[in-house]
Amino acid sequence: MKREHRFLKGLFIGIMLVFLYAPIIVMIVYSFNASRTMGNWGGFSTEWYGALFRDRDILAALEVTLSVAVISSIVATLLGTTAAIGIHSMKRRTRNVILTTTNLPVVNPDLVTGISLMFAFSILMVPQGYTRLLLAHITFNIPYVILSVMPKLRQTSDSLYEAALDLGAKPSYALRKVVLPQIAPGIVSGMILAFTLSVDDFVISFFCQQGAQNLSTYIYSLARRGINPKINALSAIMFVVVLALLLLVNVISSQNTEEAKAKRREKKRRRMAAAEA
Amino acid sequence: MKRKYFATPYLAWMIVLIVAPMIIIAYYAFTGQADGAFTLDNIKAALDPIYMSVLWRSISLAVISTVICLVLGYPIAYILSRMKPSTAAILSMLFILPMWMNFLLRTYAWMTLLDTNGLINRLLGLVGIGPLRLMNTQGAVVVGMVYNYLPFMILPIYNILQKMPKANIEAAQDLGANSKQVFTRVVLPLSRPGVISGIIMVFVPCITTFAISRLLGGSQFMLYGDLIETQFLSVGQAYGGWNVGAALSCIMMVLVFICLGITNHFDKDSSGGTLI
Repeated sequence: MKREHRFLKGLFIGIMLVFLYAPIIVMIVYSFNASRTMGNWGGFSTEWYGALFRDRDILAALEVTLSVAVISSIVATLLGTTAAIGIHSMKRRTRNVILTTTNLPVVNPDLVTGISLMFAFSILMVPQGYTRLLLAHITFNIPYVILSVMPKLRQTSDSLYEAALDLGAKPSYALRKVVLPQIAPGIVSGMILAFTLSVDDFVISFFCQQGAQNLSTYIYSLARRGINPKINALSAIMFVVVLALLLLVNVISSQNTEEAKAKRREKKRRRMAAAEA
Repeated sequence: MKRKYFATPYLAWMIVLIVAPMIIIAYYAFTGQADGAFTLDNIKAALDPIYMSVLWRSISLAVISTVICLVLGYPIAYILSRMKPSTAAILSMLFILPMWMNFLLRTYAWMTLLDTNGLINRLLGLVGIGPLRLMNTQGAVVVGMVYNYLPFMILPIYNILQKMPKANIEAAQDLGANSKQVFTRVVLPLSRPGVISGIIMVFVPCITTFAISRLLGGSQFMLYGDLIETQFLSVGQAYGGWNVGAALSCIMMVLVFICLGITNHFDKDSSGGTLI
């Protein structure tokens, strides 16, 4: 009975993983298909990868996606971190009003955010294209940075900062040496989140895209015309890149925890040696 | 310099690009295209029976997708939370990994599978069925939604089940509850906040999507998101599309905020799921 249960659970988890991964794996396999139609296997070929890298539009879209992601995540991190520090020192009421407003783009449907930005850009006469895309991405990224920095600020105790001031540190020095190191993990995770959200965004970009296609909007315009083997090749590359990045992040973070553990063990050993002596 | 002035650049940004745009949407929703005078015509147009039937279809497809996500996602989260921590960490990672693929590529993957010449029809052909028309059906749209948003359901439920102290379950068992009672009277009620935030995290994007329905449903299954998109980009400003579109957006926003209000009501202490 018990064993049967375990088997059924394993089977269910397995089926769900197949459901999640089969489409991706099928796409990767068919990206090496010489035949243009999906059902037919026309032999192994890397022809679509070649076509992908010769496609100027895709390369341009990739460039737009990456540069918007990098610039918008950096700007959003700067603005969001300073904003979080400022908001943290405000009175409770003002703080709540500002944080509720900050939450708007997070809880609002992307569709509404995209449309509202489209309105604002056309009224402010922001030039169409790359500028709009970048401003939009910064706008929807800032709240996520604030949301990941605020909890860290709440965890830091104000008395540490005050102690630094009492010991003669200037406010700017205390901020740099006392506050920033404590909230650094929040800043970094906010920046990573901002970067990935920017790469993944489709809906908001869609409403700011005229003149500057990013990868998402370009894939959408291709996919609307039907199946295109070049997209398979692109998916395969993106999946492998994402997988590699995630593995790298995990290895680094597990190494860090290993190092921390080793250090702690070393400290304990020394303390015990000292106690014995 | 006082520290609160650190927030000044952001506050300026927030007022120009978060607050003002929302006011502009409301302005467009309540004014006429020609004269800019106050009117309720756009709201009336947005409540037209044709548009309401689209809204109704969106809601029903979103409900179906959310129920399927819950039925599949809860057992996954439950099984994962009962595993050894090391195995659970790897498996939960595997369930979230597809989320890191671009959303459009995930949807496109199903276009290739469901195509009349696609793999599913080929496999069905081997056992003598088909070819079936799988693409451009409501079923395809539901599959796309479930596929895209299932991790949003698994994650919050898994988080809450994982944090649940084992002592709760053991106490129930000590008091003589059988496994069914333990589940229905202890585990399920305690995981309610996770279930509710999962439902919202699936339902809201389902009801507002327009890319999934466009790619997998063809043009015949217009959803509310498609409707709004068409008003803005196909009907356009000159024919009052911006005004009606803004009114439709307001209705959608009200719907979403009602959903969020319900979550907040049930789920006061949890901060909601994050995606990393």
